[in-house]
Amino acid sequence: MRHPLWVRVTHWIHFLAFSALLVSGAALLIAHPRFYWGESGYFDTPAAFELPLPVNLDQTGWGRDLHFLAAWITTLTGLVYLAWGLFARHFRYRAYNPLQRIAYRGVVFGLLPVAILTGLTLSPAVTAAYPVLFSLFGGRQSARTIHFFTAGLLAIFFLGHVVLTVRQGVRSIIVGKA
Amino acid sequence: MISRRKLLKGIPAGGSLLLAGCKDSLPPAYGTLFDASNTLTFTAHRILLRSQPLVREFSRDQITKNFPAINETNPSNPEYQRLRKGRFAEWRLPIEGLVGKPTALSLDALKRLPSRTQVTQHNCEQGWSAIAAWTGVPLSSVLQEAGMLPQARYVVFHTVDGWWDSLDMFDALHPQTLLAYGMNGGDLPVPHGAPLRLRVERQLGYKSLKYVSRIDVTERLDDVEDGTGAVGAAYGYSWYAGI
Repeated sequence: MRHPLWVRVTHWIHFLAFSALLVSGAALLIAHPRFYWGESGYFDTPAAFELPLPVNLDQTGWGRDLHFLAAWITTLTGLVYLAWGLFARHFRYRAYNPLQRIAYRGVVFGLLPVAILTGLTLSPAVTAAYPVLFSLFGGRQSARTIHFFTAGLLAIFFLGHVVLTVRQGVRSIIVGKA
Repeated sequence: MISRRKLLKGIPAGGSLLLAGCKDSLPPAYGTLFDASNTLTFTAHRILLRSQPLVREFSRDQITKNFPAINETNPSNPEYQRLRKGRFAEWRLPIEGLVGKPTALSLDALKRLPSRTQVTQHNCEQGWSAIAAWTGVPLSSVLQEAGMLPQARYVVFHTVDGWWDSLDMFDALHPQTLLAYGMNGGDLPVPHGAPLRLRVERQLGYKSLKYVSRIDVTERLDDVEDGTGAVGAAYGYSWYAGI
């Protein structure tokens, strides 16, 4: 299989940025590993579920900064990838089997847009401009919960993708040739 | 002694108050790569919010019980405790800096200004959120009362417990940016910042300082305290928290 240069460049930018999103996301998660459904939720309200993680409140400063730096890079690179991909008819993913096509299309057109939109729903500034985001996801805390699960599914895809492609050989995504 | 002419010159009409909010400003830079992404977020938000929309307000039956009180919940400062025992009757809020009429407002004086009540969601940077009704005076009214000067660009807030932070005029003059003295229909309780706290609804909770003790109107931030714009910068918290 051959990967053109623009696919390889955007791929490795996304690899670095997504790794940073996972690390910083974990830093933010451990400040409050409780999840809720609806508009609000805090210590005294029942949690939808709670993760058995040690709470650490001191990692959110750099965590947020890194999360948004990586989110900007992921989104802007993603837009370049989408525009170029539509132009180059890349998304037919002809070289892949049906399961791979579902996985790749699901990530590009499903999980990533949901991750971005639920992330934006956590912004008190963006939701002032677009309160419809609250209606879309059923409230701020629901959006946070969906963001967590979407990130989890993306992390599973990420790990699976790394394991499978390392076994198949990663030469084509690095130098472009199989 | 301030002449009446100077005083009147210092009180801008509502129009120029709004205009002051449109002056170009960027968040303070700290010399890291995050300056770029935080400035990008800030600029994108300013475009999205250019018409100054209000954040969503809730009905009273959506107010959440036991609104969390975190960080300082009863400042040990002896002067604060003395004022508290006197039900804050002797408490004053100094408004200084680039104002034509530097003043120190009592709680009663603040309550005599046109009030606003808003039921909004507090979005803590930790991840939780809770809804409360806040009653207070829009910061813009207080700045107008003090005769904010045209060159003013930032409002710096100091608190009883030694915290400080700042807003630029875009956020300072937003109709929902309140100096709140009431919560859920009663007086603002001590654990929530009595007698006066800030509400900055389009940013994370850490910008809504409790126990506000002094307001300073300035043209720049680099000569205020350590020059970072907020005490939170020293702990890695970004100055702009619209996320």
